[in-house]
Amino acid sequence: MSMTCWETIQAYGLRSIGIGENLLPRSDFTLCQQFTLIGSGMLWNLYFGLLALIAGFFLANAVALARTARNPLIRKPAEWFVFIFRGSPLFIQFFLAYEALVLLPKGGVDILGIHLNTAWTTRAWAGALLVLFLNTAAYSAEIFHGALKSIPKGDLEAAEAYGLTGWKKFIRIEWPTMLRLGWPAYTNEAIFLFHATTLVFFSGFPAFQQKGDALYYANYFADKTFNPFIPYPIVAFYFILLTLAVTFFYGRVNRHLNRHLPSNIRSRIRLRPQLIR
Amino acid sequence: MFEACADPKAIEGLIWAACYLTSAKHVLFYWSFLTVLLLLAITAPAALAMGFVGATAARSHLAPVSWLGKIYIWMVRGVPDIIFFLFFVIALDQVIEYSKSLIVCESHAWPWQGLEFRVCPEAKVPLGKSSAFWHQAYGFMLAVVTFAIVFGAFVANVIFGAMNAVPRAQLETAEAYGMSRGQVFRRVLIPQMWVYALPGLGNLWMILIKATPLLFLLGVKDIVYYARELGGSKTQAYEYPHGDWRLWYFIGLMVFYLVFTRISEIGISRLTKKLSHGQATAGGEALRRARA
Repeated sequence: MSMTCWETIQAYGLRSIGIGENLLPRSDFTLCQQFTLIGSGMLWNLYFGLLALIAGFFLANAVALARTARNPLIRKPAEWFVFIFRGSPLFIQFFLAYEALVLLPKGGVDILGIHLNTAWTTRAWAGALLVLFLNTAAYSAEIFHGALKSIPKGDLEAAEAYGLTGWKKFIRIEWPTMLRLGWPAYTNEAIFLFHATTLVFFSGFPAFQQKGDALYYANYFADKTFNPFIPYPIVAFYFILLTLAVTFFYGRVNRHLNRHLPSNIRSRIRLRPQLIR
Repeated sequence: MFEACADPKAIEGLIWAACYLTSAKHVLFYWSFLTVLLLLAITAPAALAMGFVGATAARSHLAPVSWLGKIYIWMVRGVPDIIFFLFFVIALDQVIEYSKSLIVCESHAWPWQGLEFRVCPEAKVPLGKSSAFWHQAYGFMLAVVTFAIVFGAFVANVIFGAMNAVPRAQLETAEAYGMSRGQVFRRVLIPQMWVYALPGLGNLWMILIKATPLLFLLGVKDIVYYARELGGSKTQAYEYPHGDWRLWYFIGLMVFYLVFTRISEIGISRLTKKLSHGQATAGGEALRRARA
């Protein structure tokens, strides 16, 4: 049975989320099949990356603020959180989280009379997302904390001279400046978080019914055809596109954050591994 | 290992724990930590060398050489490193076996036929009859080369940036003294570049440490492999039956990595201080003021 490329796209375009053909191709692997299935897997990379980044952004702001607190009861937990997630490999964090979630009682737990089902937490869409969310929050908190500390003293003094104090000073002066200073490094973090999503299905979390991400399918084809020279360049191609898209979007935000500055002193985004994971 | 451990079913408590933790398989587990350290000890200098070559190529005045250097740097930036790990481990193996087959095999058929990669038995690396040790050593070697290629690109990016960060005036002064291009490179650029490269290289060292569990994906029997093996629940058929203890083993690995990265962090900050002495940077200036 040979399919046209359009039929292949209809059959496998949404295979990674369980829509379309049930069985993966087993023989006569065409280029179209490889492009389609690997592309379909990118849906998972986008899902993990986008949700973890959005949720992680809020937690990162809170943790970065908590790290500047004078009260050690607030500061210390934030410091430990950042230390644990930045100091250990993401790969180990995935394994650890999976083993911990598996140990939750199978039938669910009863808290205050409410029955909570726990089986879903071991699934990648929930468990791996939780790890990625905490992980990116820790890395981003470190970036934002560094940016908070490097706000020019003059800016703060000027704010006080205008009578801004406390929350008002923070929301109008400190927070926007922090974002502006930290944004280039945060762009790198976003790119590497998307890259990190490829680890999910190689680190304990099983791919149920062969519903996996782009690298899962690329690895499937490489295993079946004994030819790594086609599927891996395809998944690399998709990731280069994704990296370009992330750079473009974050570049637009960066321009917005720097819009009040003369063009020669705006901070430009450079891809550099200085401040990243 | 010890006489008291001869019959594990008869002992309990602390002695059981001591016997359990010194069983033959646990000793292999402890040795596998050395595998990780060995990987770091070989990869770090190899990646540094690769990075140096890459950065120098990217700065070359010959356009094709400079393109090669830049493509090498940017390709690894834009694509997740695991893809390179999974790719190179098979690709290197096939390229090695194909090259060898051109020399030792009689037929030179294209090896990628249908759904297999086929070369004559004499071209297999290592040979089918080799001992398990050689198979493991070969797998480890492939992993080291892969790590060196990927991290070489990261290092090249850092060194390329550091070379550009050395103040122009320094190089122009050297040229004014009549130094040739090579002399400027060796005597002025290289010695001054390190202080700019150090923060990036220190960060890369941490990334390299945190990338070592990926050895598991490359098929090497590393600490992750043994943690899963030893931690999995053991029935009464085993000498030391126990439930699912993988969580505890992974907590152990986590602590190992946290301690390792923390010690590295302290070491790097000391080294930065040392290298900043007498440099025309903010760090060097701060040190000078503290002394005065």
